[in-house]
Amino acid sequence: MAAVHGDVHDHGHDDHHPTGISRWLTTTNHKDIGTMYLWFSLAMFFTGGFLAMGIRAELFQPGIQILEPELFNSFTTLHGLIMVFGAIMPAFVGFANWQVPMMIGAPDMAFARMNLWSFWLLPIAATLLVSSFFVPGGAAAGGWTFYPPLSTQGGLGVDMMIFAVHILGASSIMGAINIITTILNMRAPGMKLMDMPLFVWTWLITAYLLVLVMPVLAGTVTMLLTDRHFGTSFFNAAGGGDPVLFQHIFWFFGHPEVYIMILPSFGIVSEVIPTFSRKPLFGYSSMVYATASIAILSCVVWAHHMFTAGMPTVAQLFFMYATMLIAVPTGVKVFNWTATMWQGAMSFETPMLFAIGFIFLFVIGGFSGVICAIVPIDIQVQDTYYVIAHFHYVLVSGSLFALFAGAYYWIPKWTGRMYDEKLGKLHFWLSMIFFNLTFFVQHFLGLAGMPRRIPDYALQFADFNMISSIGAFGFGLSQVLFVYIMIKTIRSGEKAPEKPWDGATTLEWTHLPTPAPYHSFEKPPVFKPTVH
Amino acid sequence: MHPFSEIETGIKNCNNHVGENMKIKSVATLMGMSALAFYSSMAVGSKYNFPEPQSVIAQDIYDQHIVLLWICLAIFVGVFGVMFYSILKHRKSLGYKAANFHHSTTVEIIWTVIPCLILVVMALPATKTVIAMKDTSSPDMTIKATGYQWMWGYDYLEGEGEGISFYSKLATPMAQIENREAKGDNYLLEVDNNLVVPVGKKVRVILTANDVIHAWWVPALGVKQDAIPGFIRDVWFAADNPGIYRGQCAELCGKDHGFMPIVVEVLEEEAYAQWAAEKLAASSGASQVASANIEMIADASEAIEAAEENSENN
Repeated sequence: MAAVHGDVHDHGHDDHHPTGISRWLTTTNHKDIGTMYLWFSLAMFFTGGFLAMGIRAELFQPGIQILEPELFNSFTTLHGLIMVFGAIMPAFVGFANWQVPMMIGAPDMAFARMNLWSFWLLPIAATLLVSSFFVPGGAAAGGWTFYPPLSTQGGLGVDMMIFAVHILGASSIMGAINIITTILNMRAPGMKLMDMPLFVWTWLITAYLLVLVMPVLAGTVTMLLTDRHFGTSFFNAAGGGDPVLFQHIFWFFGHPEVYIMILPSFGIVSEVIPTFSRKPLFGYSSMVYATASIAILSCVVWAHHMFTAGMPTVAQLFFMYATMLIAVPTGVKVFNWTATMWQGAMSFETPMLFAIGFIFLFVIGGFSGVICAIVPIDIQVQDTYYVIAHFHYVLVSGSLFALFAGAYYWIPKWTGRMYDEKLGKLHFWLSMIFFNLTFFVQHFLGLAGMPRRIPDYALQFADFNMISSIGAFGFGLSQVLFVYIMIKTIRSGEKAPEKPWDGATTLEWTHLPTPAPYHSFEKPPVFKPTVH
Repeated sequence: MHPFSEIETGIKNCNNHVGENMKIKSVATLMGMSALAFYSSMAVGSKYNFPEPQSVIAQDIYDQHIVLLWICLAIFVGVFGVMFYSILKHRKSLGYKAANFHHSTTVEIIWTVIPCLILVVMALPATKTVIAMKDTSSPDMTIKATGYQWMWGYDYLEGEGEGISFYSKLATPMAQIENREAKGDNYLLEVDNNLVVPVGKKVRVILTANDVIHAWWVPALGVKQDAIPGFIRDVWFAADNPGIYRGQCAELCGKDHGFMPIVVEVLEEEAYAQWAAEKLAASSGASQVASANIEMIADASEAIEAAEENSENN
């Protein structure tokens, strides 16, 4: 790469870096680290996906066929943990590593060595998680929420999971501190906070959420660990503790966590929609305020995960109202995206398709979210497939679709090569169809009364489960196409034009060559704010 | 309130404008009625919706869910109608030139305020139902349900049948689960001992667990409550009709979480009295069971006290 880009620079800094494995072990370059984050999350996406295929294969028909109940529980538990902590979160950090410095005109992340350290913690945690399948007693099987007393019962696998969560938490906290410091201190001269691209804004807010809640998670799992091994009784009623306390602390982390996984996708979509509408983002400042309101509200709604745990009436009402309120800023975002598209000159390349798919399906997930917020209805649908459908609509067709949109949008900038547009569109349509086939019917399953986390089910649920499994296999296979497209782009994609998207306005497109040089913005760019 | 009733009145009003033609009017009414009937038949007992509600609370939940679906559908059509119109018309490939507007305070205030109002409309009936669900006071009878890995234990603490106590386990044979036998109609939703209650009576269920957290859920009755070891929670229901209502444990509780169903059998009052008498006679016949019952009754009074304290806190 050095030889290719050396001539782009008019400064004395050399681009030489170690090659082979030592490049990746020792690099402090935000682009290298971003790349590693992205490949890691892709690998974890397929690991978690493999578990999902196992779950859907078992649920293809009533009866126990493939996975014994305990192993089935391990599959659902690790599917959740790996997808949340291994696939979605690191993927967004990967995007932040690549894009935040380039979008604010900074040469690199603020703490380059810590950046590398926070990445290399991830494979260690992932190894702990995956290898826990092979220890006596098997992997953790108490659900990704690992409620005690059930999680106090498990074997070594639970301890491995606890350590993995500790390590992942440490990695996230460091990543978040790095992002906050970079954004607050290293913007190009003249770029005020309210001039920053929305992707940067959403990540700034997300990073604050991470710093706020990851230590809470670390505290919870530590309490669980001491309950398991050191004779404490934080969550053990027989010792004067309270199992519901765990749920409160867990969800105080857990609910902001779901916004940690969705706010950066709002950011990506807010970059893609204006670019392909060739029109400025509608309501920039209300977008920023909406993001901040969502983040603040997300810290006072946690107990809506616990409506069936038993709470005073006043508490149930408070958490219901607070949860419903989140619909307002979220609605503002959807209206703003629609208004951005209105009277634009739209074209529909793959990133735009995924962004529109995101809005369309995320709104369905938002509707089911409002329905779940209503306490009486939640009493019926809590812990059923309705909830599974709801959060896959916001996490798969939400977070994941936005990640795909971002990957197709920025891959020309990262590699200097274009992806295959036909294959990209095929990937979109396959994902769209199979996603809905998998998850839409799960709404019906939940309403009709199928609980989640069961390896076998009553006969009236058979039809929809079969449809859902077929959809899931199709969705899984479609993602292999994504890997093929990306590898094909990197190896033999057509050379990308300097600015493949004529509507793009952010610094990485306007001030940097394509592909972006190994070291970019060593001299800060001259930034002229556009009108918002 | 039925979502189609408005449409039906709409049709009727239309007909008034058309004239006095009774035929048209009655045809329209008939059509409205059959649409209603078709809709109800589709919704009630369908596998696309909640099971047919069998209690006041379940009915409230059912109705609120339907109203919310219509509201969501209206918003969905509105937002995506605009978006898809734009997608069809405002295309670069059609030579459409992009406008350059990027904000409008008025519009932004409007679309912040309107959702707030919609939320208030949604929250009002929900609040009433929450308060009703939480009111476990003055029940006709009280039953304690205890979650075990992996079955339920029921103790009749107060009211007719006081002193009855039994366990309730999955009755589906392993051979069906392991696909060695054909699966029965109530596969995984059948137990050896049903929880039997009288129709129309306010039944308060006190919940706790022996080992890990379980959840007691009967969809048709609109009750779901976690059973937490070391703690006591309570819910109530009053079944509208005699019948058998099936549910499942709704909180992951380990290996056999999927295999601890709940079956509530609602009987007419006389039939229930007979069942209770037989059950009590059978249990007093066996002396060891009786001594267990004495212990249980001692437990019971403690449990009731604790639950009452708990309700006060709630």
